[in-house]
Amino acid sequence: MPSVCLYLQTHQPFRLKNFSVFDIGQNQEYFDTSANKSYLERIVRKSYLPANKLLLQLIRQHRGKFKVAFGLSGVLLEQLEESFPEVIEGFQKLTATGCCEILGETYHHSLAYLYSAEEFKAQVALHNRKIKKLFNLQPKVFRNTELMLNNQMAKQVGEMGYKGILGEGADYILGWRSPNFVYQAKDGGQTKLLLRNYKLSDNISFRFSCRDWADWPLTAEKFAAWIRGSEGNGEIINLFMDYETFGEHQWAETGIFEFLKNLPNEILKYPENNFQNPAEVIKLYKPKAELDFPNIVTWADTERDLSAWLGNKMQKTAIENIYSLESKIKKTKNKKLLDTWRKLQTSDHFYYMCVKWFADGDVHKYFSPYESPYDGYIAYMNIFNDLKLQLH
Amino acid sequence: MFGWEFPPFNSGGLGVACYGLSKALAKQGVEVLFVLPKKINCQTDFCRLIFADENPIDAEKILKAAYLSPDIYGKIAQGLFAGRGLVDEVKRYALLAREIAKRESFDIIHAHDWLCYPAGIMAKKISGKPLVAHIHATEFDRTGGHNVNEQVYAIEKEGFSKADKIAAVSNFTKQKVIDNYGINPEKIAIVYNGLDFQRTARDFHNSLNLGGLKKKFQIVLFLGRLTLQKGPDYFLLAAKKVLEKNPNVYFVMAGSGDMEAQLINSAIDLGIADKVIFTGFLRDENLSKIYQLADLFVMPSVSEPFGLTALEALSHGAPAIISKQSGVSEVIKNCLKVDFWDINEMAAKILAVLQYPILSQIMSQNGQTEVQNITWDNSATTCLNIYNEVLA
Repeated sequence: MPSVCLYLQTHQPFRLKNFSVFDIGQNQEYFDTSANKSYLERIVRKSYLPANKLLLQLIRQHRGKFKVAFGLSGVLLEQLEESFPEVIEGFQKLTATGCCEILGETYHHSLAYLYSAEEFKAQVALHNRKIKKLFNLQPKVFRNTELMLNNQMAKQVGEMGYKGILGEGADYILGWRSPNFVYQAKDGGQTKLLLRNYKLSDNISFRFSCRDWADWPLTAEKFAAWIRGSEGNGEIINLFMDYETFGEHQWAETGIFEFLKNLPNEILKYPENNFQNPAEVIKLYKPKAELDFPNIVTWADTERDLSAWLGNKMQKTAIENIYSLESKIKKTKNKKLLDTWRKLQTSDHFYYMCVKWFADGDVHKYFSPYESPYDGYIAYMNIFNDLKLQLH
Repeated sequence: MFGWEFPPFNSGGLGVACYGLSKALAKQGVEVLFVLPKKINCQTDFCRLIFADENPIDAEKILKAAYLSPDIYGKIAQGLFAGRGLVDEVKRYALLAREIAKRESFDIIHAHDWLCYPAGIMAKKISGKPLVAHIHATEFDRTGGHNVNEQVYAIEKEGFSKADKIAAVSNFTKQKVIDNYGINPEKIAIVYNGLDFQRTARDFHNSLNLGGLKKKFQIVLFLGRLTLQKGPDYFLLAAKKVLEKNPNVYFVMAGSGDMEAQLINSAIDLGIADKVIFTGFLRDENLSKIYQLADLFVMPSVSEPFGLTALEALSHGAPAIISKQSGVSEVIKNCLKVDFWDINEMAAKILAVLQYPILSQIMSQNGQTEVQNITWDNSATTCLNIYNEVLA
């Protein structure tokens, strides 16, 4: 049988204003409300709305046999509630079918796990509350920001009540092993690992419209044949990607929605295939082996590590500075300050400061609102200094 | 190859570019005959220099034979290339070029800027060989589009239309040639300038402290001709704003030009005369020293076809802020970019680089690495492609 587990990560940050040194101490807004709304408007129109509609249609059409899981960051949900409640309704309709699972994560799509255990737990709890309120669901499987994972994290989320955690099926961890099984982490307790099949996932999310690619154009039929090809060499194919793949990273004109529309049909044509969501996968399959994740592994770039967020001194300085304010911020008991401080922890802010432009560069540049990583750092540090002033 | 100036007898980037390009072409096996209008005391081992006026008796003959009225000839004969208008000198260069074209054998004519276009056109007429018109700066760059000299414009336009191919130093310049001279874009290729690393080999960092000034103050450098095109007045206005926030900064203006007196007065009027140092024109060792002394290089050009100084500054490890209205901003990523007229933004970026040491450190390291790939060898390779095209 292989089971197919489709997980779609959905997140948009509160991007910052181009905050100048002359704005420090002038009671200026940090977040670029209008730019954020217009970014989001475009993504909602091109991706979230048509994709939600299509997924609902597919779930109904296949009567429970097609399933999909989501990661919905708190900062995204907050922006959608404010400006695009129709998208929230779309997600509610999807979860109401019972074929749609939502995973646990940090509300602020942050790297808090690395800097403050207390803050990490607080943000996970905030996210839980939001999911409960909007969808009346309790996440059972966890996904940390950018799919980051190590042994210790597997253990910790297990202690927090999660049965499983998502991770990257990185070659340097798996070695000769296949990503298409459930695993456990070394010293990671009972928490089960679901590892991304990056080749098959990236065939959709990165290569779908790439005309230089030998397999272009990709059809659902061809993709289903690949899934079938892994029979005997796996129990579960984890397809993890950004939700924005559908309609935003890959435009509608590329045929991506047609592909998605035909995919369940083609996969379910083979009677041994099925779709399963993460919470079901960990019930259905036993861990095949124990894998060692001594260091943090992510799904980013060729390195599959944290270097896109914390690879240079600007990024490290910025993030260390922001967490250095933790106790002072919390002592103020000022809700607005706390909220602002947390929104400044969103990983995207550090991603924008990445200077690895020459190898992986194009992806980074595409997502950044700044002209350069240096501009990203300047705006962030000016805001940090303004926030620090507010604490005095 | 027809040029106008050659180091060490150069007033700016044109001579440097001609030198760098000829040397790299010679390295790639091209035999370069470099023609200059006037005898100067310089030597090279990579190309043969021809001084158009070298034999004054011949020159006199030529002038007699040319279609000049006795009256004009009388004026001209008072001394070659002395005390006359630039346009006349340019026309006379063409007359001399005619004899050179008869005498020498060559396959391609390559003429740099309007000063050499009449010479190039004449050589083409005599020899029937293809002409490449290289454009380093248009009249619109020099004047900012105001009071364009009609004669110069006409010479430029004739050069562009008679040329078999045009080499522009940037896309920025290519666009000017298209927009202002109505030239078919397909006729224009882009040949970016490069950097000659031998010029920056020595390290003066330890010997520079300006009498202890560097201990307490940071140095921001402007380097270029003090003329409208280079935006030195915007630099001073930004300096004023910076000093209001951070008084521990010196602004060095290196270069000479028609705006020098005006700039000195304006520094006084702005009340920052004590923080602005005018050095006059610098070359060779002093140039390296001043770049190495700088904590930050700013190129605020109003219209900069390329901007070699930015490459020079980066190669010396100075972080750079460069005008978006420049060609070099198309090839350099590791710097900050600003609209020349946006004084607030320029000042804010200057302050940020001075305030955040990590920022300046990373910009410096990455900038220095990046410019190593911007070489005259690349420029020569592009030129060779153009040569092959016009010979085909």
